[in-house]
Amino acid sequence: MSITVKDVEHVANLARLELSEQEKEQFTGQLNAILKYAEKLNELDTDGVDPTSHVLPVTNVMRDDVVRDSVTLETALRNAPDEEDGQFKVPAVLE
Amino acid sequence: MALFDLRLQEIHNQLTSKELSVGELVDASYRRIAETDSSIQAFLTLNEDGARAAAAELDKQLQDGGERGLLFGLPAGIKDNIVTEGLLTTCASQFLRNYDPIYNATVVQKLSAAQSVTIGKLNMDEFAMGGSNENSSFYPTRNPWNTDYVPGGSSGGSAASVAAGQVYFSLGSDTGGSIRQPAAYCGIVGLKPTYGLVSRFGLVAFASSLDQIGPLTKNVEDSAYVLQAIAGYDGMDSTSANVEIPDYVSALSGDVKGLRIGVPKEYLGQGIDPKVKEAVLAALQQFESLGATWDEVSLPHTEYAVATYYLLASSEASSNLARFDGVRYGVRAEDPDSLIELYRKSRSQGFGDEVKRRIMLGTYALSSGYYDAFYLKAQKVRTLIKQDFDNVFQNYDIIVGPTAPTAAFRIGEQVGDPLTMYLNDICTIPVSLAGVPAISIPCGFADGLPVGLQIIGKAFDERTVLRAAHAFEQHTDHHKQRPQL
Repeated sequence: MSITVKDVEHVANLARLELSEQEKEQFTGQLNAILKYAEKLNELDTDGVDPTSHVLPVTNVMRDDVVRDSVTLETALRNAPDEEDGQFKVPAVLE
Repeated sequence: MALFDLRLQEIHNQLTSKELSVGELVDASYRRIAETDSSIQAFLTLNEDGARAAAAELDKQLQDGGERGLLFGLPAGIKDNIVTEGLLTTCASQFLRNYDPIYNATVVQKLSAAQSVTIGKLNMDEFAMGGSNENSSFYPTRNPWNTDYVPGGSSGGSAASVAAGQVYFSLGSDTGGSIRQPAAYCGIVGLKPTYGLVSRFGLVAFASSLDQIGPLTKNVEDSAYVLQAIAGYDGMDSTSANVEIPDYVSALSGDVKGLRIGVPKEYLGQGIDPKVKEAVLAALQQFESLGATWDEVSLPHTEYAVATYYLLASSEASSNLARFDGVRYGVRAEDPDSLIELYRKSRSQGFGDEVKRRIMLGTYALSSGYYDAFYLKAQKVRTLIKQDFDNVFQNYDIIVGPTAPTAAFRIGEQVGDPLTMYLNDICTIPVSLAGVPAISIPCGFADGLPVGLQIIGKAFDERTVLRAAHAFEQHTDHHKQRPQL
């Protein structure tokens, strides 16, 4: 299995990255090398092996549904690149 | 002897007897930074006003008497992926170069409760992705032992700063070796606790199932003190472990008689520098002379760990870094035509090469049609790697080997070859995948550069790891060597 510049363009779109032509070439080569190395895992028979997503035996951590203090509007907007009327401002999504 | 070569307990005594003030400690820290940081480049942001104000406050408390925190007055450096309210937290990324956090990480609150003094924020590989600090988007940190060499990474600033005597201790984060490997390269002590022992709340997430915060110090006893201050369950981190926190310092008995050590043959095989191997074997001899026993053991899936790690960590990273969209914080690209364009341009301009590469790899491994072949397969192999450790720990108390197969390499030597760079982590990555604790301590030198010994323990058995490391340290003087700066 080998990935092409077209695959790289598709993945970049999914990841919301804009790559230069040079980056596309570079990543195609490097990702192929890394994925080829990763194919090593196919040497192992993992039928019947449970996947480990997490090493601790914790699931569904719950807490009481109580009202707590939250940050103020001013604090929440402290790092906003652009804001208006107490909201984060972005380019129009709908015409 | 330099002030920061004193043990924590000695500093405490001098503060109590008023031979020393917190103000003097903080002055010494900034003076050392002024003398050395133009060549080491460990710091990204200094907290000079905040630190001096805190010192004045603590000195007043010292005059008034009363209880003192566990880390009272000690100058600390914090890796720049741990959020500090009102103090820039950039993750060494252009994307976050102006990020002013609105809260403190749990570990920062805990340090504050323990009354250490935050000196500043430390350089790192961008978003903790890298093993050399060359991926910092600002400037690379240099190894205090030889400034032509890398300090390791990703917590390179955290390690170099302690090694150079700029701060008393520092915090780093470890995902696949990012505390242990730079500690080894810089000749200091670096501890990666069991996954979940220390809260990740306020640690900018890289790979959530692997990330763990831990201390970098000059000796094992101080490592135990800092761990004591930062460990514990946190309701703000659902993956933090709800376990009772033992007394770590009392574990340091100096006694390792009867301790059973397993030495994985895979860690001393192909690719290891003969001088590193020699230092590790000498360390094992030392343990033997102290009454411990060791046998060669096998962790048979070691050769699959690096591939497993890069698939899992990159997949988690691609998801975690989706939050950097230029909407709520960070640097937004100028004049985007649309919202999608805003995301694309902000991310493309804000992220460096290695970060983009890992986001690409992770997005690919999680994408439709490839999930089972790559991501799920890697999760299954992770189970096999974890079982390797479970099997050895049935018969052994600790596992010992090198922290890294070589000492530090030259700056620029491995740039452009990501796969070779990844293989530097061959001895640390399996430990991270298994989630168990490990410490790197100095055990010698190879051509003038420090070599690290890795001691790995059972989950939540930091006491045994620290006890073994401390006993070794009591009978060697590797940790007392200092770089000439």
